[in-house]
Amino acid sequence: MSERRGVLGVHAVLVVSSLVMVAPFAWQLITSLKTLSSATAVPPTILPEGRWDNYAKVFDLLPFGEQFLNTVLMAAGRVSGQVLFCSMAAYAFARLRFPGRNLLFGVFLSVLMVPPQLFVIPQYQIMSSLGWLNSLQAIIVPGLFSAFGVFLLRQFFLALPREIEEAARLDGAGPVRIYWSIMLPLARPGLVALGILTLLWAWNDLFWPLVVNTDPGKMTLSAGLAALQGQYQTDYPVLMAGSLLASLPVIAVFVFLQRQFIQGIAHTGSKG
Amino acid sequence: MTTARAAHVAKRRGNRTQALWGYAFIAPTGLGLAIFNLWPVAQTAYFSFTEWGAFGGHTWTGLDNYTRLFADPEVGRAMLNTLTYTALGLIGIPLAIVFAALINRPGLRGVSVYRTAFFLPVVTMPVAVAMLWRWLYNGDYGLVNQALAVVGIDGPNWIADPATAMYALVVVGIWSSIGYNLIIFLAGMQAIPKELYEAAAMDGAGRVRQFFAITLPMLSPTAFFISIISVIGSLQLFDLVFVMTGSGQAARANPAYARLQTVVQLFYERAFVTNDRGYAAAIVIALLVLIAALTVVQFRLQRRWVHYV
Repeated sequence: MSERRGVLGVHAVLVVSSLVMVAPFAWQLITSLKTLSSATAVPPTILPEGRWDNYAKVFDLLPFGEQFLNTVLMAAGRVSGQVLFCSMAAYAFARLRFPGRNLLFGVFLSVLMVPPQLFVIPQYQIMSSLGWLNSLQAIIVPGLFSAFGVFLLRQFFLALPREIEEAARLDGAGPVRIYWSIMLPLARPGLVALGILTLLWAWNDLFWPLVVNTDPGKMTLSAGLAALQGQYQTDYPVLMAGSLLASLPVIAVFVFLQRQFIQGIAHTGSKG
Repeated sequence: MTTARAAHVAKRRGNRTQALWGYAFIAPTGLGLAIFNLWPVAQTAYFSFTEWGAFGGHTWTGLDNYTRLFADPEVGRAMLNTLTYTALGLIGIPLAIVFAALINRPGLRGVSVYRTAFFLPVVTMPVAVAMLWRWLYNGDYGLVNQALAVVGIDGPNWIADPATAMYALVVVGIWSSIGYNLIIFLAGMQAIPKELYEAAAMDGAGRVRQFFAITLPMLSPTAFFISIISVIGSLQLFDLVFVMTGSGQAARANPAYARLQTVVQLFYERAFVTNDRGYAAAIVIALLVLIAALTVVQFRLQRRWVHYV
């Protein structure tokens, strides 16, 4: 009897707190479908009004299509680059023997401990001297390499059984074959975890894209929205429509890949 | 004897090929990190001792940036704001533990719904989160004040009022990160052996007692990890404040700007708005020192509260 009351109590607390978590998004959607005058009505109206033209207005105010494409390409570039390069390095650190391995791994790890703001000014100068300001390369290339990714994947490779690899080696397979046809397929959950986290961070990244790409057509959605916010501070329905459109793709990926997302996040917390 | 020798030579050759492949495999990331991370750290450290001219080029000015930094009230204020935000944000950790414990109750239905609700803000673009909350906090038409009006309270203009701005910001910070912490705590809770709870139940310990006697101590290493990364993350706060206050003229028009501006936001302005990059470099070096110091302090303090099995 009291067990049952306990369960009900837990549900009550969780339902209320879940509503607190979700209500802002519901309000964002409702506001995005109102006219400015009904969005600023006192007391507020709850029902959405179907003003889809707010969404069209986002495309008028911002080069939204271009910025969307820039963001997709940036995320795709960073994800594929990191998954490839990090898995290569992680495999070497986990399985190959070479002089200076531990020292080099320590150097990689040291990068993890530095706040990323320390990289920004020199990176900006590199981009500027290459003539890469306001380009796709500027937002992709520095994001291809990740000490975190190497560290995460190395944990995965270390946890794999050695026997399969040994068998392949006896059959005459070299390091490249073993890495590509044996280790990579086995480490798939790790690659997915890294891919998802990189996607999330790339899509939502603000500082670096804001700094290197200042031309609206070259901006990412994050930076574009921040600029929109500066210019159209008070047209809330349009701002809500834009912010919803910009964050929706990653939310959609999350909904579809929920299990992998959550495992990926949980992995960042497991010390190993 | 000759076969043994041949085997030895073959093994040595094998070792050498393996070593060469090892270097080849780490080369892309190694070079990338060297060019875009390691060398930049050294350069930023060097820049912090220089002054930048209006037309590029920089001159060595020794410790000038640092003496200026210590005397600069804007830096002191930004440091204080950032530290306040970081300290208040720690409230999110016990909150996440409590919600994780509720969700982790054996046999509870709807777990994935709750988990999704908490996690949604984590995957939402911070710029969008900041815009959304700016609207919710709007003094005249925001949902927060409209709701308060129902119970007869005339709410302030949250993020433009110096008295409330920081608290309003902390609420958004906790709201958007609690899901991440909750997922990690849930993973930590699932790793606690069931037998401990069974034994405790046999001894007559109720759920609350079990939570304090088993869950909390077993979870303390996870909580330590979360507190380390939360502090590091909070000290680097930028996105939320940048969008909530705006930048440049618009930001200065916000009466609460002096209460919100963070160290990284100040760094952004010095480095990329006023192009005072030597000084900006000194600001991030100071941030590095602050982060390192607080991390060391936390490692020192962990003996007092973290239980390792």
